[in-house]
Amino acid sequence: MTTRYSFGGDEHLFVECSEEMSLEAFFKSLSMARGVRDSGIRGVTEICPANASFQIKFDPDIIHPDDVLKEVKAIEGAAAKAEPVLKTRIVEIPVFYNDPWTHETLMRFRERHQDPTGTDLDYAARINGYGSVDDFVGAHSGSPWFVSMVGFVAGLPFMYQMVERQRQIQVPKYLRPRTDTPRLTVGHGGCFGCIYSVRGAGGYQMFGITPMPIFDPTQTTSYLRDFMVFFRPGDIVKFKPIDRDAYDQAVEDVDKGRFAPPIREVTFDLRDYQKDIDGTNAKLEGLLHGH
Amino acid sequence: MVIKVLHHGLATTVQDLGRPGYFHLGIPVGGAMDRYAMRAANLLVGNDEGAAGLEAVFIGPKLEFTEDALVAVTGADMPAKVDGVAQPGWTAFKVKAGQTLTFDFLKSGARICIAISGGIDVPEALGSRSTYPIGALGGFKGRPLAAGDELPVGTGRLASEGKSVPEAMQRKPGMPAELRVLPGLYWHRVTEQSQENFFADEWKVANEADRMGYRFKGGRKLDFVEREQPFGAGSDPSNIVDSCYPYGSIQVPGGTEPIILHRDAVSGGGYFMVGTVISADMDLIGQLQPHTPTRFVKVTMEEALAARGERRTALARLREALA
Repeated sequence: MTTRYSFGGDEHLFVECSEEMSLEAFFKSLSMARGVRDSGIRGVTEICPANASFQIKFDPDIIHPDDVLKEVKAIEGAAAKAEPVLKTRIVEIPVFYNDPWTHETLMRFRERHQDPTGTDLDYAARINGYGSVDDFVGAHSGSPWFVSMVGFVAGLPFMYQMVERQRQIQVPKYLRPRTDTPRLTVGHGGCFGCIYSVRGAGGYQMFGITPMPIFDPTQTTSYLRDFMVFFRPGDIVKFKPIDRDAYDQAVEDVDKGRFAPPIREVTFDLRDYQKDIDGTNAKLEGLLHGH
Repeated sequence: MVIKVLHHGLATTVQDLGRPGYFHLGIPVGGAMDRYAMRAANLLVGNDEGAAGLEAVFIGPKLEFTEDALVAVTGADMPAKVDGVAQPGWTAFKVKAGQTLTFDFLKSGARICIAISGGIDVPEALGSRSTYPIGALGGFKGRPLAAGDELPVGTGRLASEGKSVPEAMQRKPGMPAELRVLPGLYWHRVTEQSQENFFADEWKVANEADRMGYRFKGGRKLDFVEREQPFGAGSDPSNIVDSCYPYGSIQVPGGTEPIILHRDAVSGGGYFMVGTVISADMDLIGQLQPHTPTRFVKVTMEEALAARGERRTALARLREALA
């Protein structure tokens, strides 16, 4: 992995840890971004971690861009040696797959899709080699996902599936982006999953919907009172398929302030994961369910 | 006091100097597109530069005042009228209780900043009163103004009417507009010929131009250096593994129409970027109308920093002139 540095105008430094996506690249970018944060370089105002890169915003009235570059490069060596261990949390997100709302939306924008004859789930199942939508949903909800970036719009998580590369779900984005996506749609584009935090335009394939708000500017949702954005880079997500009744119940629980997503603190070691992916995932799931 | 919104114009939002610190969660800085104009308007009416005002694009709102206030309108040339009587731009004027502020047609530029003594007194959200409509955050109920809204206004300091920004200190885009760009980010993804064409061609602002981004049309399509697409990037040669987007960065989906991200930018995505508009020229973009001919001018980092220094000096002079 060669790190590439480039300035985004006179106020941003862009650091690309790898051209291609991998958990190793994500760990390197997160570790460097944290190193930069901890080093407290004067004039640095914001640090934004992304999937395999990160971005620093600085005030060039306080520090010359070349000096930011020098200081960040000095951190790269230490970050490369840092242990790939992350203290984080795993959260279970209920998903109503094949729900009526994303279905209505995908039918409305069918002419913008690669395969207008079926649904997004039919298409994704077929091109990823699954015999049925049920098998595909089983794979989607069968392994955990890493939140490798939060952004695009407020609080939207990009998620990277924790399986071998050849098993990762991959789908193209819509041929032309939709102008509408239901709030809390669970989507997928390229190798990344996402949850649309707000209603709006979008190009990812739509698989289902979660009843669990992940962005609440009014901060009235019980678990979003401290901060309006739920996700942080490094969070681990496990999806749980639910049916219509369970979805309706969860929506009611959210409204009444008694919905509490299962969350557990976990320590994730990339080396253990690389040695035994399924075993590591099984342990994570065990922790989630209190075994 | 409150100001009654009789008509909302086209898209009128409460804005200040923005909400830095949350881009890593996808919440953009926001705030006035033309920061210099918003600072000037506030200074004219005796407010702090960072007080919240209104930003209106293309069409002004119709506002009824319930108490006397001092008002200044800066930015685009869209003459203000008080009960039908024209008022000068970039100048503090008085609006009395019961009077109505309206606007004439837009003559040049795109966005006006309206400052009212005391500032718009909506609650702060994450440290700013700026409106982020996608996230329903900040501003007046998280959305652009609508007829029937009653806007709270703070108590102003004593400032005198008639104070004015000298003509030479009013900044407007040239014709054709010139935006200075520092090449970088994924600049190496396009061929040398396309790199030359990008700066040689005349572009025009497209209709899709708003607070999130400005799209441009009319230049030659960019050709990509061939490569096997990296895992996770997507199959189009203009795709990258989703990364952060700097403010002012220029992405070119499919290599055809450049989009400059602005104050309400999406924080990241999967399109490559050719470079970034320098900080000194960001204000100008907010004053470009659709179809404005525009050239991108290649600069070095040292030139970008020198231009930033000039803007800093200009702002210091403005403060001095209005002190």
